[in-house]
Amino acid sequence: MGLTWGLENIWLVPILPLLGSIINGVFGRYLSKPVIGAVACGSTGLSFFVAVLAFAGLISQNPAYRVYENVLFTWIESGSFVAEAGIQLDPLSGIWLLIVTGVGFLIHIYSIGYMRHEDGYPRYFSYLNLFMFSMLLLVLGNNFLLMFIGWEGVGLCSYLLIGYYYDKDSAADAGKKAFIMNRVGDFGFLLAIMWIFTIFGSIDYTTVFTAANATLEYGGFAVTGITLLLFLGAVGKSAQVPLYTWLPDAMEGPTPVSALIHAATMVTAGVYMVCRCAVLFNLAPVSMVTVAMIGAFTAVFAATMGLYQNDIKRVLAYSTVSQLGYMFLACGVGAYVAAVFHVMTHAFFKACLFLGSGSVIHGMSGEQDMRQMGGLKDKMPVTHLTFLISTLAIAGIPLFAGFFSKDEILLSVFMGHTSGHFFFWFLATVAAALTAFYMFRLYYMTFAGELRAEDKHVRDHVHESPYVMTVPLLVLAFLAVIGGFFGFPIIKGAHALNNFMAPMFNTVGAPEHPHPSLMVELILMGLSVGVAVAGILTARHFYQTKPEAATAMANKEGLIHKIYVTMKNKYYIDELYDALFVNPAVRISRNFLWKIFDVKIIDGFVNALAAMVKEIGSTARLTQTGLIRNYALAMVAGCVFLIGFWLLAIGV
Amino acid sequence: MESALAANQFLALSAILFVIGVAGVLTRRNVIVVMMSIELMLNAGNLVFITFSHYLNDMSGHVFVFMVMAVAAAEAAVGLAIALAMFKNRETVDVDEVNLMKG
Repeated sequence: MGLTWGLENIWLVPILPLLGSIINGVFGRYLSKPVIGAVACGSTGLSFFVAVLAFAGLISQNPAYRVYENVLFTWIESGSFVAEAGIQLDPLSGIWLLIVTGVGFLIHIYSIGYMRHEDGYPRYFSYLNLFMFSMLLLVLGNNFLLMFIGWEGVGLCSYLLIGYYYDKDSAADAGKKAFIMNRVGDFGFLLAIMWIFTIFGSIDYTTVFTAANATLEYGGFAVTGITLLLFLGAVGKSAQVPLYTWLPDAMEGPTPVSALIHAATMVTAGVYMVCRCAVLFNLAPVSMVTVAMIGAFTAVFAATMGLYQNDIKRVLAYSTVSQLGYMFLACGVGAYVAAVFHVMTHAFFKACLFLGSGSVIHGMSGEQDMRQMGGLKDKMPVTHLTFLISTLAIAGIPLFAGFFSKDEILLSVFMGHTSGHFFFWFLATVAAALTAFYMFRLYYMTFAGELRAEDKHVRDHVHESPYVMTVPLLVLAFLAVIGGFFGFPIIKGAHALNNFMAPMFNTVGAPEHPHPSLMVELILMGLSVGVAVAGILTARHFYQTKPEAATAMANKEGLIHKIYVTMKNKYYIDELYDALFVNPAVRISRNFLWKIFDVKIIDGFVNALAAMVKEIGSTARLTQTGLIRNYALAMVAGCVFLIGFWLLAIGV
Repeated sequence: MESALAANQFLALSAILFVIGVAGVLTRRNVIVVMMSIELMLNAGNLVFITFSHYLNDMSGHVFVFMVMAVAAAEAAVGLAIALAMFKNRETVDVDEVNLMKG
């Protein structure tokens, strides 16, 4: 088994989870829970194994041009339109491949423990495996259409898994919300693909990106339009302003789903797409600024909304939106490597945080309100340790993974060439401080102090989770510690990850890699660590040392109270969307489409047709006398008429 | 030996027989008479076949006549059986009484 074995058999990577999904989906009801878990985890584990081999094969290739493309078969052929089912493995898809299969595998294992008491066990694992298949298709496809199919597939699985507890109205609604909001983005993505086809006559990555420089004018209308439409798709999938409101609601799904789909993998698909199309984005400076602007704004906006949430998972959801904003900000200033780096470290620590919160919820008998928690430090030592590590990582404390990636983004933004990059840097730094604050607020409210739960059953029942849940936590926490060293050293430019990825992104129009002086780097680094520590200390002051101070401050009438209420209510954005889009749509549907168009026009047309047929029938009925002689007479008359007509016609 | 009669005369006879048959079917109510009228029409058709067969020196007309006779025999058998069944059930042979199928 040489180094190329993995590359040649890379088609196994997506196919294995698909098989697992089919087995559990079709035969799951006849299988016992351990078998279902083994099928799901086994298929994902094997997929991870093949992915690692394929990645090793990729690394062994020539560093200047590491691309492995394998066309499996021609999928659609219609006139000049050809879509192949092909696999493309390069540094970008390689990184995602490892994240998706690796983190996915850990979360599958965790799910065995977390979902143990739930109904619909085979359904859950079937969907989860189907998600793995779709996500791998998205990442590994060699053309835009395959990416789109995967894109829709993950959207579908997201919908199915958010609505996993379908007998709960809020879960079913959240699923629909996610699906419909993603439709808005997908519409842009699809238009962009069509536009690309009309310009290039192909949807193949290699063809399009090779021809891009010669075909598209730098900053021209076409490339700007295409990239903005692509970014619209990314905004929907990656929950950026203004299409972010579905992600916090998506927390209605089981917690491992939130970890896998709504934190580590699916929501980063937008970042993947923007990085994949870096060639196009580099040609469109207007789109780049838009990406950076939306990213920076989302990073701060979502962070402020996360400040006063009391649901443990919602805090993490807003944090995810905020971190995704960071990634887009990095893309927008051309620091694609930093974006990918942050995707990777974020996958580790955010998956760990979500799984940790799942462990807490599991131990608290399903309680998600942090006001009921507290003091879990001693009762759940492993969860506490891993959670603390990940929290330090997301806050950007040195030596943890998040520090390296976040610092690289801040540095790239500071040194960027995009207009207004200093302002973006300022926003990102504010977001970093807010992140440190709300994450440690979460930490102190959950793990420090005294247990506040009132329910005696819950109080007595608090326990550490089983090994099947804590081992994935430990692995992810370990990765959250060492993950940053892939991007080490961050001082003086290039590092391992950069060397690996950079050949993909250095295309025409790409911003030059910043070469800041050591002094600037150290000052920026000190600053970002400083704001993080400040955030942590503030959180400690309000939620550990003097919990009553926070309440007093929030309840005191005045500006602070107003800001607090606004943030707590998420700026009333959901209410705004309801008023602007949902309610008008409901009203139009009810008052016009249903009561007028459907009832009067569609039903009216059908009923009129039926009434007409009935009328004709009841008239024609009279000719059926039942008297044979009448029929015979009609026949004779007909014959006489026809023959007479014929005789006249031939002129006898 | 050439026939002294012209074809027209045979055809005219055939037409008269056919019209008598049609009139019988349309006017008579007794099912037996109706069937006899149908036989009359069939035989009018046979006469036309034979006439043309003779004048055109083509034997296929004869073949068709045998075929029509066979059909007529079968029709008579089936028709009489129906008439019998009708009489057994309704005690009538009047076709106008059998009008359950009216719309």
